[in-house]
Amino acid sequence: MHEVRFSGFGGQGIVRCALITGKALSMYDDKFATMTQSFGPEARGGACSSQLVVSESRILYPYVTLPGVLIALSQDSYTTYEPKLKDGGVLIYEADLVTPKEDDGRVQMYPAPVTRFAEELGNRLFANLVTLGCFSAITKIVTPEAMKKALPGLVPDRFLEVNKKAFDKGYAYGLESLEKKPLVTGDAQ
Amino acid sequence: MRKTAADPKGVLEGSHFLDGDHAIAEGALAAGCRFFAGYPITPSTETAERFAERCPAAGGMFIQMEDEIASIAALVGGAWGGQKVMTVTSGPGLSLMMENLGLAVMTETPMVIADVQRAGPSTGLPTLPAQQDMMQIRWGSHGDYRIIALCPDSPQECFDLTVEAFNLSETYRVPVFIMADETVGHMHEKVVIPPAGEIGVVERNWYEGPKADYRPYQFTGKDVAPMVKAGDGYRFHITGLTHDERGYPHLTVDQNEKVVTHLIEKIDSNADKIIQLDESEVDGADVVVVSYGITSRIVSRAVQLAREAGIKTGSMRLITIWPFAEKRIEELAGKVKAIVVPEINYGQMVREVERSAAGRCKVVSVPHCGGAVHDPEVILDAIKEASK
Repeated sequence: MHEVRFSGFGGQGIVRCALITGKALSMYDDKFATMTQSFGPEARGGACSSQLVVSESRILYPYVTLPGVLIALSQDSYTTYEPKLKDGGVLIYEADLVTPKEDDGRVQMYPAPVTRFAEELGNRLFANLVTLGCFSAITKIVTPEAMKKALPGLVPDRFLEVNKKAFDKGYAYGLESLEKKPLVTGDAQ
Repeated sequence: MRKTAADPKGVLEGSHFLDGDHAIAEGALAAGCRFFAGYPITPSTETAERFAERCPAAGGMFIQMEDEIASIAALVGGAWGGQKVMTVTSGPGLSLMMENLGLAVMTETPMVIADVQRAGPSTGLPTLPAQQDMMQIRWGSHGDYRIIALCPDSPQECFDLTVEAFNLSETYRVPVFIMADETVGHMHEKVVIPPAGEIGVVERNWYEGPKADYRPYQFTGKDVAPMVKAGDGYRFHITGLTHDERGYPHLTVDQNEKVVTHLIEKIDSNADKIIQLDESEVDGADVVVVSYGITSRIVSRAVQLAREAGIKTGSMRLITIWPFAEKRIEELAGKVKAIVVPEINYGQMVREVERSAAGRCKVVSVPHCGGAVHDPEVILDAIKEASK
C-alpha cells in the first residue's frame, strides 16, 4: 500500500499528475488506485493537492492519511504538507520554487528543478511530466512504461511527444539523483 | 420487467480511469438515455459535459436549459416524447427542481436525476462533499408520494447504479435519484464497462393495442400502464391535476385516493424487489454500523479498527436509500445492542433507522456538518461507546 500526495498551486498540473499516475497504475500496472483531489474555487494560483492511494487489492478507505511520498511544487504546499509526510518518507520538491528547512534526516529529500527543465523543452507547462519522471524513477511505485501508455487522452495529442520527452528528462534526472543519494526503502513508502 | 441487451452505440466498453461524475454519464448512455437537459452546477457539471460530448455519437441530444426548473420540466417533455431522460444537479439546483419533481411523480414520468451532493444550506461549500439532501428528495415536493433513490460509493457503482436507476425508472414509471456526493463524483478509480450484450436494460413498455383503447394510467398499486409517444396519434392527456385512466382531470376525493394510493403502493408493494443492501458480518454482531455512499468507505476503516479492538461489529450499506430497508432494520434491531449511523449531515437517515428499530436497540447518530468526510476515529469511538 502506498499513499502519495502531489501538491502545488492551481495551474501546475497537480491534479493531472495524480490522474496520469492513477490511470497508469490501475490500467497498465495491474494495481488498484484511488485518486482524490482538493482545490479552492480559484482556477489558477490557489492551493491545490491531489492524493493517490495505491494497493494490490481493492481500496476501501479512499483517503491518504499518512503519505509516504510527497511531491511539493510550491513553497506553500511544502510548508503545509511536509510535516504530514511520514518519517522516512520521500519528498520530491521543486528546487527553484521551494526553500526547504535544513535537512535533519527525518525524510528523504530529492530536489528537482522541474520547471527549469520544462522551460528548456519549450514550456513550463511540461513541468508536471518532468515531475512524474522523477517520481517514477525515485519511488518505483509506477513503471515508466505504464506512465507513457497512460498519457494519450490526458495530454493534448499534439503535445504527446514533448510530454514523453519531459517525462524521460525527469526520469533520467531521478535516476541520477538516486545514484547520488540511494533511497532507503522500507515501510515508509 | 424483461431486460434486453444495451444499445452498443452508447456503451464505451472496456476499462477506464474515471471519476464518478463521468461514470454516471457513461451509465446513462449505456442504459439508453438519449436526452439530457441540465444546468451546470459544481460538483455535478462533469456529468453534463461528458454526456454532451458523447451523446451525438449515440444519437442523443443534450440541451442546456436556462435553469434547473426548466431542466426537469424538459425531462417530462422528453420522456413523453419517447426518450429515456436524465439530468444532474446539486443542492441549490435540486431545490429548484422540487415543484416539477412532483409533476413527474404525478404524471408517472420515468426519469433519472443525479444529485452530486455538496454542503449546504444554500450555496454552502460548492466544492466539498455532504449527504444533506437525503430527506429533501423524499419529502421536498408537496403532497404524498414515493420516489426511488440509489447511493453509489465508487465510480464503478456510479456506472452500475445509473444503469439500474434507468431500469427501475422504466419499470415503475417513477423518478429515480442517484445520490452521489462531491467525493464520489470527483474521485477517480478504475471503471469496467462490460460489453453491450452483458448490460441488462429495461426498455420502455410501449403500448401495442388499438389506438382508441390506449390509457396512459392504471391505478393498480402494483404495475404501471404502458406508454406511447406524444405525436404518434394517441388521444390522451398529461396533467398534474388528479386524473383518470385517460389522464384527464377528475377532481374528486375518491379519484385522488385511487391516484395517490397507487403512487405509493406501486413502490411500497415492490420494495422487497427494489431494495439492495450490502451487509458484512452482521450475524452475531453486537453493533451494526448503517451507512451509505462515501461514508460507507470511511466506515470500512472504522469497522476494521473496531473488530481489531475485539468488538463484534457488523456493517450494513444502504445501496437503495428509498424505499427504506425498514423490515431489515427492524429485524436487526431485535438482535443487536446498538445501530450506529454516521452520515454527512446532522442526522437524516438515522431517523428512519430509529423509526424502524422502534426502541428494540440503541440507535446512535454520528453527525457531520458537511464539507468533509468523518474521521474514522470518531466513528470508532461511537462504536465503542455503543457496544457498552
